[in-house]
Amino acid sequence: MINVSKLGKKFGDLAVLKEINFEVAKGEIVVIIGPSGTGKSTLLRCLNYLETPTTGIITIGPASIDAVDHKAKDVTALRKQSSFVFQNYSLFANKTALQNVAESLITVWKVPKQQALSTAETILVKVGLAEKLNAYPSQLSGGQQQRVGIARAMAAKGEVILFDEPTSALDPEWVDEVLAVMKQLAFEKQTMIVVTHEMQFAKEVADRVIFMEDGYIVEQGTPQQIFSNPENERTKAFVKRALKQH
Amino acid sequence: MQSSFDLQYIIELMPILLKYLGVTMEMALWGFLFALILALGLALVRVFKIAFIQHLASLYISFFRGTPLLVQLFLLYYGFPQFMPIFVGMDAFTAAIIGLSLHFSAYMAESIRAAILGIDKSQMEACLSIGMTRLQAMKRVILPQASRVATPSLMNYFIDMIKSTSLAFTLGVAEIMAKAQMEASSSFKFFESFLAVAVIYWVVVIFFTRIQHLLEYRLNKAY
Repeated sequence: MINVSKLGKKFGDLAVLKEINFEVAKGEIVVIIGPSGTGKSTLLRCLNYLETPTTGIITIGPASIDAVDHKAKDVTALRKQSSFVFQNYSLFANKTALQNVAESLITVWKVPKQQALSTAETILVKVGLAEKLNAYPSQLSGGQQQRVGIARAMAAKGEVILFDEPTSALDPEWVDEVLAVMKQLAFEKQTMIVVTHEMQFAKEVADRVIFMEDGYIVEQGTPQQIFSNPENERTKAFVKRALKQH
Repeated sequence: MQSSFDLQYIIELMPILLKYLGVTMEMALWGFLFALILALGLALVRVFKIAFIQHLASLYISFFRGTPLLVQLFLLYYGFPQFMPIFVGMDAFTAAIIGLSLHFSAYMAESIRAAILGIDKSQMEACLSIGMTRLQAMKRVILPQASRVATPSLMNYFIDMIKSTSLAFTLGVAEIMAKAQMEASSSFKFFESFLAVAVIYWVVVIFFTRIQHLLEYRLNKAY
C-alpha cells in the first residue's frame, strides 16, 4: 500500500537520506529505530511532504508523487493519504480539542460541521478525553495534548498515521497513556509508521522494525530478528546500547 | 495680550465641536477598514512571496512609510487632479480617507506580516499534514492566531489614525479640528479652543483603549 522508491533528501550538500527503499502493507505496524540525526524524522516528514525529497517516488494508496516532477495538487493529494503526529503535538492553539480533531473533516473533506464535530467527539472519547472536548491546548497536559494529536491524525482519514517520536517531548508520567492509545490503534490494525526511542513499544507492537543509520536502512525484520538476532554489526551495537538504557 | 482662562467658553464650545466628531470618526473608521484590507493583502503578498507583486508591495510600503502623511494628502488632493482627470471630482473627505488608508496600510502591513511570521512554523505544518492547503491554513489557523498578536499594534495605528484625521482640515474637511480652528479665529480664545479639541481627542482615545483591552481579553481566551 505504501511504496517508497529511491528516496533521497539533501539539505544543501548534506545528504540526509540516501536511496531509501521500502514497502508497508495495509494494517502493518512499522517502527523505525536508529541513532539521532540519521534521517528517521526526515524520512517520515518526506512521506508527508513536510520536507520535499530531492529524488525518489512515494506512493501511498492511490496517490503517487515523483520528487523531480510533480504539481502542487499532487502534494495535497499525497498528504490526504497520511496524517502526522508531531513530537511537540503542534495542536492548533486557537482551537479546542474538539475543533482540532474536526478541522480536517470540515476543511479538507467538506463534512457538514455538526457531523464532523460528532465524529470528532467519538474519536476523543475513544482516546479517553471525553472530559476535555472544549479545552484549549494550553489547558491540557502534555499527555492529553498528544492524545488530541493522535485523535486529529485519526480523524484525517489517511491510509497511514506517521508518528514522529510521539513520546519524546513528554514527561515520563504521561508516556504510558500515549503509548496505550497507540497500542489500541495497532490492535485495530491501523497502518502506522512510528519513529521512536521506545524500544519496549517496538518489541511489543511492531510487525516490522527498521534500523536506520547515516541515511540508509541498515537492516529490517521482525522485532525478534532485530532485537534478539541482528545480522548487522551496527544494528547489534545500537540495539545492545538501546536495550541497556531501557 | 493677557487674558484669563475662560472655562465657561470651553463648556459652551464642547457641544459645538462634538457635532463634528462624527466626521472625524467616520474618516477614522472608514480609513481603518480600508487600511486593514489593504494591509492584509500586502502582508499576504509578502509572506507568500508572490512573484513580481511582492516587489511592488515592498515599493508601496517603502513610499508610504518614507514620506509624510501631510505630503501624501496634498499630493493626492491638490496634485493628482492636475494630471489625472478622475481625481478632479473627488471631495476632500474622500481624499482624506483614501490618503489615511494608503498611509496606514503600509505600517499595518508590516505589523500583520510580523505577526504571521511570528506564529510557530509547526502550526502551518500541522495544517498541511492533515491535507489542508496553505490558503486554508492561513484562513483557519494562522491568521486567527496572528490577529491576536497583531491586535495591540493595529489598535495603536487606529488610535494614531483618529488623531491623524486632524490633518484633513488642511484639505478643507469640516471636522473637529477645523471647527476648533474656526472658533478660535473668531473668538481669539486659542488656548481654550485647542484645549477643548485636545480633550475630545483624548477622551475618544481612552474609550478605544478600553475597547482594545476588552478585545485582547477575548482573543486571549485560548491562551
